[in-house]
Amino acid sequence: MPRPVFNEERCKGCALCTKACPKKIIAISNRFNSKGYRPASCTDEAKCIGCSLCAKTCPDIVIEIHK
Amino acid sequence: MTDKIFQRPQSLKDVAFHYCPGCHHGIIHRLVAEVIDELGAGDKAIGIAPVGCSVLAYEYFNCDMFEAAHGRAPAVATGVKRVHPDALVFTYQGDGDLAAIGCAEIVHAAARGEKITTIFVNNAIYGMTGGQMAPTSLLGQVTNTSPYGRKEDGAGLPIRVSEMLATLDGTKFIARVAVNNPANMAKAKLAIKKAFEIQLKGEGFAMVEVLSTCPTNWGMTPLASSDWLETNMIPYYPLGTFKTPEGVLK
Amino acid sequence: MTEKVLMKGNEAIGEAAIVAGCRHYFGYPITPQTELTEYMAKRMPQVDGIFVQAESEIAAINMVYGAAGAGARTMTSSSSPGISLKQEGISYIAGAELPCVIVNIMRGGPGLGGIQPGQGDYFQATKGGGHGDYRNIVLAPNSVQELVDITILSFDLADKYRNPVMLLGDGALGQMMEPVEFTPSSSVVKEKPWAAGGMRGRTQPNIINSLHLQPEELEKHNIHLQKKYAQIQENEIRYEELYTNDAELILVAYGITSRIARSAIEKARSEGIKVGMVRPISLWPFPAAPLAKLAVSAHAFLTVELSAGQMVEDVRLSVNGAKPVYFYGRTGGMMPNPKAIYEQIINVMSGKGGK
Repeated sequence: MPRPVFNEERCKGCALCTKACPKKIIAISNRFNSKGYRPASCTDEAKCIGCSLCAKTCPDIVIEIHK
Repeated sequence: MTDKIFQRPQSLKDVAFHYCPGCHHGIIHRLVAEVIDELGAGDKAIGIAPVGCSVLAYEYFNCDMFEAAHGRAPAVATGVKRVHPDALVFTYQGDGDLAAIGCAEIVHAAARGEKITTIFVNNAIYGMTGGQMAPTSLLGQVTNTSPYGRKEDGAGLPIRVSEMLATLDGTKFIARVAVNNPANMAKAKLAIKKAFEIQLKGEGFAMVEVLSTCPTNWGMTPLASSDWLETNMIPYYPLGTFKTPEGVLK
Repeated sequence: MTEKVLMKGNEAIGEAAIVAGCRHYFGYPITPQTELTEYMAKRMPQVDGIFVQAESEIAAINMVYGAAGAGARTMTSSSSPGISLKQEGISYIAGAELPCVIVNIMRGGPGLGGIQPGQGDYFQATKGGGHGDYRNIVLAPNSVQELVDITILSFDLADKYRNPVMLLGDGALGQMMEPVEFTPSSSVVKEKPWAAGGMRGRTQPNIINSLHLQPEELEKHNIHLQKKYAQIQENEIRYEELYTNDAELILVAYGITSRIARSAIEKARSEGIKVGMVRPISLWPFPAAPLAKLAVSAHAFLTVELSAGQMVEDVRLSVNGAKPVYFYGRTGGMMPNPKAIYEQIINVMSGKGGK
């Protein structure tokens, strides 16, 4: 089952991934990382199809896609 | 052992980028690094960083790197490539670096047919110094040095660098791409790969102009910036290939 | 080549560079050094070297930065206005600690100036020229043979200290023809493990850079550079003394001016006038010590330059107020003949004094 894994400390909350995801399962979370950004995260891993568009859109290589 | 479908390319160090949230530099760095990996060229890659937001590119790419004076990267690359003709030498430059102060250097490196590859990041503004007008800023665009909007009378009209360089017989491959959505990103990567292959085959000078956003200095969110690029920049700077080894296309 | 060959100064520099192992030259035409650029265009392909006529002197110095950073022995040449253009590049080369040779065949200035010989770039060469706390090693030949020997030495010094070396010539030396012989250096060319030529099995990338944004780091780097310059001052001072043992008046002159001064001194000596000369060969580091020493025994100094007075300031610093330092100079490309300098000697000796 593919799923996105977020390195939250590197996320700058730019939200580009939220628009790239064709399944609309990425959103900016409510928590802060230590840099003061609200990191993105996956709202429903079961729906992930492993297209990697979120990871590819991310300018900071925050997301890995694990099988 | 996790199977990873997507991860950081080898040619990028595991270091946090200093770029602003949503800045396309991060995407473009990664595409260049992926291409270097796929071409197996990391061991002989030598990159030349500009002066601009990506001045610190030498800290991110996992290959030998030079920091160059503002605009002079194509001249530095010429010196490097003439010493190591087998190396994969690339410059990575912004619109001030390449199209303003470095205009002579890029024109002449291209005209001489230097076997180097240039990645030209065009975001229509000077990012590092806080948002001044660039040679590629659009007519009417408000910047710190065009506070009333760029006016033709006084500031002239923006420069289409890809079209301009494509007229030089010394160039072998010129393309303009964007990375503001997945479809454009895929085409961008293909163009970057082609541009590096041109060098590896010893064919000549190649450049990929990458339209980019600058959310901070455009005063927009990253998502809104991607839309602004689509609506405003692409009509003036059309995407496509302007030069191939076979000749001028447009 | 071991036999003597009659060569023009500019061309002799080019041949000397090739003897020193330089195979990458980047230049641009400018009077009065264009013959050097043209010579390299002809010779480099003959020795499998690289010649590029750059689009400007700015591009040329940046090509040198690239070639030097990639590990090559590399050179550029120009004349005064073109050297002005190179200053940013030279500062970068010094900051990144790269070896290279820069030849300045000086002409009259300021601005577009003239094309006749001058020495008005002394300040630019020795006091920086470019921004920041750095030093060029500056060497001043006074004959075509010295153009050859000093060019070969320059490449060794550049590699030894990882620093730009400037050969400060002038239009007269560049244009004149004298017999020369080429003796290769006995020094072994240094390895350059720091060079950025592609990792090729190395695990860590080499980075050629002069940017240090953290003030603590930049200060550390500057302290390191200053230590290097102190070493150069210890080891690389070069000068020649002529008739100084009993001299009451010491002339100080370099380059072509020292040749004219010598003729004047010979004439004065033949009349029993106790005059001598210190000829700096290294302008940076400047030979302060011999001047300070002579300030004890001599009565006065007379600095002669093809300028409004630049090296004279370093002479004054070296003499440190112990004795008067007079100055005689011509600008615009006007070159004094030996008689004019002889008259200055007479003036000073008879108490009428130069400036």
